[in-house]
Amino acid sequence: MDLSLEIGSLRLANPLIAASGCFGYGVEYADVVDLSTLGGVAVKGLFLSEREGHPPPRIVETPSGMLNAIGLQGIGVHRFIAERLPELRARGAIVIVNICGTTLDEYVEVARILSDAEGVHALELNISCPNIKEGGITFGCSLPGTHNVVSAVRKVTSLPVIPKLTPNVTDVASFARAAEDAGADAVSLVNTFLAMAIDVHTRRPKLSNIVGGLSGPAIRPIAVRMVYECRRAVKIPIVGMGGIATAEDALEFMIAGANAVQIGTMNFVDPFIWTKLLDGIRDYMTTHAIARLQDIVGTVNTSAREKAWISS
Amino acid sequence: MEVYTSMMPVDIDATVIANRRLSADYNVLSFAAPEIAAAARPGQFVMIKTSGGQDPLLRRPFSIFEVLRDDTGQPAGISIFNKRIGAGTTLLSRVESGMRLAVLGPLGRPFEPVDPPAEAWMVAGGVGLAPFVTLAIALAARGTRATLFYGARRAEELYCVDLFEALGVSVVLSTEDGSRGIRGRVTVPLGDALERRSLGNPVKLYVCGPTPMMRACAQLAHAHGRACDVSLEQVMGCGLGGCYSCVVLARGGDGGKPHHTRTCIDGPVFDAQRVVWDEVSGH
Repeated sequence: MDLSLEIGSLRLANPLIAASGCFGYGVEYADVVDLSTLGGVAVKGLFLSEREGHPPPRIVETPSGMLNAIGLQGIGVHRFIAERLPELRARGAIVIVNICGTTLDEYVEVARILSDAEGVHALELNISCPNIKEGGITFGCSLPGTHNVVSAVRKVTSLPVIPKLTPNVTDVASFARAAEDAGADAVSLVNTFLAMAIDVHTRRPKLSNIVGGLSGPAIRPIAVRMVYECRRAVKIPIVGMGGIATAEDALEFMIAGANAVQIGTMNFVDPFIWTKLLDGIRDYMTTHAIARLQDIVGTVNTSAREKAWISS
Repeated sequence: MEVYTSMMPVDIDATVIANRRLSADYNVLSFAAPEIAAAARPGQFVMIKTSGGQDPLLRRPFSIFEVLRDDTGQPAGISIFNKRIGAGTTLLSRVESGMRLAVLGPLGRPFEPVDPPAEAWMVAGGVGLAPFVTLAIALAARGTRATLFYGARRAEELYCVDLFEALGVSVVLSTEDGSRGIRGRVTVPLGDALERRSLGNPVKLYVCGPTPMMRACAQLAHAHGRACDVSLEQVMGCGLGGCYSCVVLARGGDGGKPHHTRTCIDGPVFDAQRVVWDEVSGH
């Protein structure tokens, strides 16, 4: 049974990746999950310097989902390399570092520093965080901006480059294409949907940042549709995410066109979700006699429905 | 190398043993959870999935109220002290014996009980009583003299006082309407006691309750030069340090510049002087 896949030069043993912003720096979960059994660990977004993020309240629940506005609190790339990366390396994790920037130069600088660090396996470009005003999403919401940041990072690293796309655009597939044209090894999608929640009694927003990003099962069907659209637009691998809670959910993303998937919000609910997902995927492969999991990628059958079952 | 988790938490599909309703708003819910009961230290918490479905989606944090033991004295389960506030706590007020809920723990930085000759003064406001039974047991085991200052709005909202009396804890009650104990907030008897105590007699404060009450207690402790730990409750996403939702602005151990600090793994117990109280949200 082969669950592996490749993103550029990187081989992942299975398609399950911990989503950035939902797994700390990975080390927080090292005693709960054997990190080496995951396809990869996408660590919390890193800028060049430390950031404090937004004041609380930073999250609020909504039906089958949650809004967050953490504001990319982080320890910066240098402290990450000195204080967290050694343990990730010792635990045998495949480390995907999510990198952020307020300027093009900052993305390039962070990418360059991480490319020289032992134990970093890929770079995910955060051009899609809805919660900070400067940089980031301004690249992710403009086709030339996406192209420019991907090609600039591409020039300074031999690591696989995976831009993470925002769903807060009219046509996400055109952004996937811009990333592919600029030399991306894969794209990941979706980041959270810009959203808002208000306390009607006080008439105040429930988040200190006023708006935040919606994640969780509530967004899954929209994310599946966006992965499907991107699969038809690009040849490079797609890392799909959005509210995956079960093995079936992960398989749905893969059949829509994702080569790998990330689990974010549901890891908060169940930190032991990983073995359950892997077992479920293996059961599915057994049931459907699938030897190689990548064979199901993008196989959604959209041809006219067979009529036989209707008349019978 | 930094240590991120003091022990391995377990997730138990725990059977509800009992739901003891104390009033319309309060209940004590007991679970069969031997692994959590055996590992729990005073002031730690668990994350409980309050619904079988996805609404509410996230787990809720609860202090471990009691460690329950079987006939042979072995740890068999835990209880939580629940106040009905929102959707999750309302669901937990309604569960019946025999139902099963996912309980993850034990989590968080525990209280450090002081040893004699120092005394321990626990200060609880409302549902903030929750972490103090386990602390009182740990103090009794050390032979440390303990007092509980326990305040509520009115007499009917003071619960489980007998649990503390049975452990030999001196209990000082206060109510805002004067219907039981001293009239006024819990800071009234606490302030008086601090005034009366000579500096040669060491005492450490342990505080849990509404944010304004904890802030006031922290100020009193500081003014009287007494050590003070607080157990903070913030909106929590995961309980394991993954989401960065539950932060408070707190100074490092060196007293330097304050940072957003996770209450789930750096807390919930903090030295009160580390906390930048003006920035703490909550009620």
